[in-house]
Amino acid sequence: MSAIASDLPHSHFPARWAVTLALLAIAYVGVPLLGSSYLFEAILLPFLALSLAGVGLNILTGYAGQVSLGSAAFMAVGAFAAYNFNLRVDGLPLIASIVLAGFAAAAIGLVFGLPSLRLKGFYLAVSTLAAQFFVQWALTKFSWFSNDSASGVIDAPALSVAGFVFEGPVGRYYFALNVVAALTFLSYRLVNSQTGRNFIAVRDNETAARIIGVQVLKTKLLAFAVSSFIMGIAGVLWAFAYLRTVEPAGFNLDRSFQILFIVIIGGLASIRGAFFGAALIVVFPLLLSRLGSFLLGDVFDSGVLDMTQRIVLGVLIILFLILEPDGLVALWHRVRKRIGTALRRSRSQ
Amino acid sequence: MHAMTFAFGGLGSAPFPPDVQEHLVGLDRSSRADETPSSDAATNENSVLDLVGVRLSFGGVVALSDIDLSVGRGEILAIIGPNGAGKSSIINVISGVYRPDRGRVRLSGRDHTQVPTQALARHGVARTFQNLALFRGLSVLDNVVAGRAYRTRSSFIGQIAGSGQARAEQVDARDRAARVLGFLHLSHVGDRLAGTLPYGLQKRVELARALVAEPKILLLDEPMAGMTATEKNEMADFVRAARDTLGTTVVLIEHDIGVVMGLSDRVVVLDYGRKIADGTPDEVQANQRVIDAYLGVAPENDDGEGI
Repeated sequence: MSAIASDLPHSHFPARWAVTLALLAIAYVGVPLLGSSYLFEAILLPFLALSLAGVGLNILTGYAGQVSLGSAAFMAVGAFAAYNFNLRVDGLPLIASIVLAGFAAAAIGLVFGLPSLRLKGFYLAVSTLAAQFFVQWALTKFSWFSNDSASGVIDAPALSVAGFVFEGPVGRYYFALNVVAALTFLSYRLVNSQTGRNFIAVRDNETAARIIGVQVLKTKLLAFAVSSFIMGIAGVLWAFAYLRTVEPAGFNLDRSFQILFIVIIGGLASIRGAFFGAALIVVFPLLLSRLGSFLLGDVFDSGVLDMTQRIVLGVLIILFLILEPDGLVALWHRVRKRIGTALRRSRSQ
Repeated sequence: MHAMTFAFGGLGSAPFPPDVQEHLVGLDRSSRADETPSSDAATNENSVLDLVGVRLSFGGVVALSDIDLSVGRGEILAIIGPNGAGKSSIINVISGVYRPDRGRVRLSGRDHTQVPTQALARHGVARTFQNLALFRGLSVLDNVVAGRAYRTRSSFIGQIAGSGQARAEQVDARDRAARVLGFLHLSHVGDRLAGTLPYGLQKRVELARALVAEPKILLLDEPMAGMTATEKNEMADFVRAARDTLGTTVVLIEHDIGVVMGLSDRVVVLDYGRKIADGTPDEVQANQRVIDAYLGVAPENDDGEGI
């Protein structure tokens, strides 16, 4: 039995960390050396922001089992809060604005998480829709949030940290990468802690969780707060690093669904899955448009692309739900296992 | 009852005719033999769990009516009865899942109308469920570790940061969980997902999750349902071993009468939400009302074959 306690960390962790470290090395060194500005602007920046939002939603939906359709609302709260903190509080460092924005999103998340104490499943999902509509309405209605700008579209501030300005596509990429790496690491720590186990316990069997002494209400609200915190900061990245503008329209219901799809396609209750899902969601339309124009030429205009994209994405989600409910991450595990056995076999021969 | 005989005895034999005296003595003796928990017994110092006049109904359906029950420290008490007799309801009332219409539940000397489920583990009560209630997405080890949730003091920030307190709790919980897994011969499946185990093993994991909390009172709702005969015997051994080594008081519901008679110190029989018998396995087996109501075995089956 002591074998269990000691074996788990020792045999699995180095391999897992090696992969993560290799990926980080590629992300920090390899990609900036090779990538074009198109790669950063059109793929990597939205990928990072959406991945982080996926991680946030995964904590709430994947781990704690609370379905939410309000992700984009929490992202919007984060983006607008960061903008306003930065604008209205003199001398507040950008990082502090971003962290405060996270807390603002967490507070709103907490409020809209209150129905989860009574509601479950679809009913809860519908009640989180209220967050989506309310936040978008409030941000559009009260022009104070966008500093009374006539168009409602405002420029994001420069990304400067301690005097160093993250400029240009690569600079903004580094900024987003740092934030995503840090928050992903913290999320990983969280889901592997006692609190993370409590999330899963509440998701899998609420009554049993309560009986063994898990504070169910507290756990649910904590999941909402933490998840909204992360999604709020993802919203900051989306607005400040990717779009360079802050506007409510970017955080509509479509975005909420997009993040939910990221989590479902990537794999529920998997931090890694959020990255897989985000990669697919970001790269897939680009691939589709390239493929479409290559095969069909001029007929494949943006209208057709938009429609095809929706259709193919819809089909993909249905296929995933039927064939691989555990998402891309389960596929990945299977492939890795197969490669592993193949390697071992070739080594033993 | 004791006091009554004592008092009457003190009056001498003269005021009562011999047959009345005999009757009084008989009353006393029978009550001693049955150990029927009267309302006096509910205040028994040796009992760790008492139900006093508990009544529970769903709409118009009465699930439990006026149940008095007293469980002594370190006792293995079985509750048996036909389907729908209210067995699970008793467990659910004790664990606070249901709120009784009337009556009280006394846990370690404290009275509750409804037992606070959230505080149950801290009061030293752990339970298993009739239908499996494991956390399917967690490994077996983590399921058992989760059983220590009520002991967690560290905040989630402390856990993320890896504070000393959080790490100590984590190490302690894993240690204890590993020990309980060893005790229940589950070490070899520790890192499997709980949902992927065969049914019998899942039942055992549930027992492990309950035991790791080191409960004073263990409530087992059909711990052996759906098991093979071998698995049942193993499970019975585990329950007995848990009682013997940890001193845990056990209340269990079980359908398999053979197992119940072998395992329990005392058996309570329910029928239509009423308690119809309460005594040692032998007494209950011989009780005509029990035979009529529950066992449905021909009275000439004296040696209890097949019961």
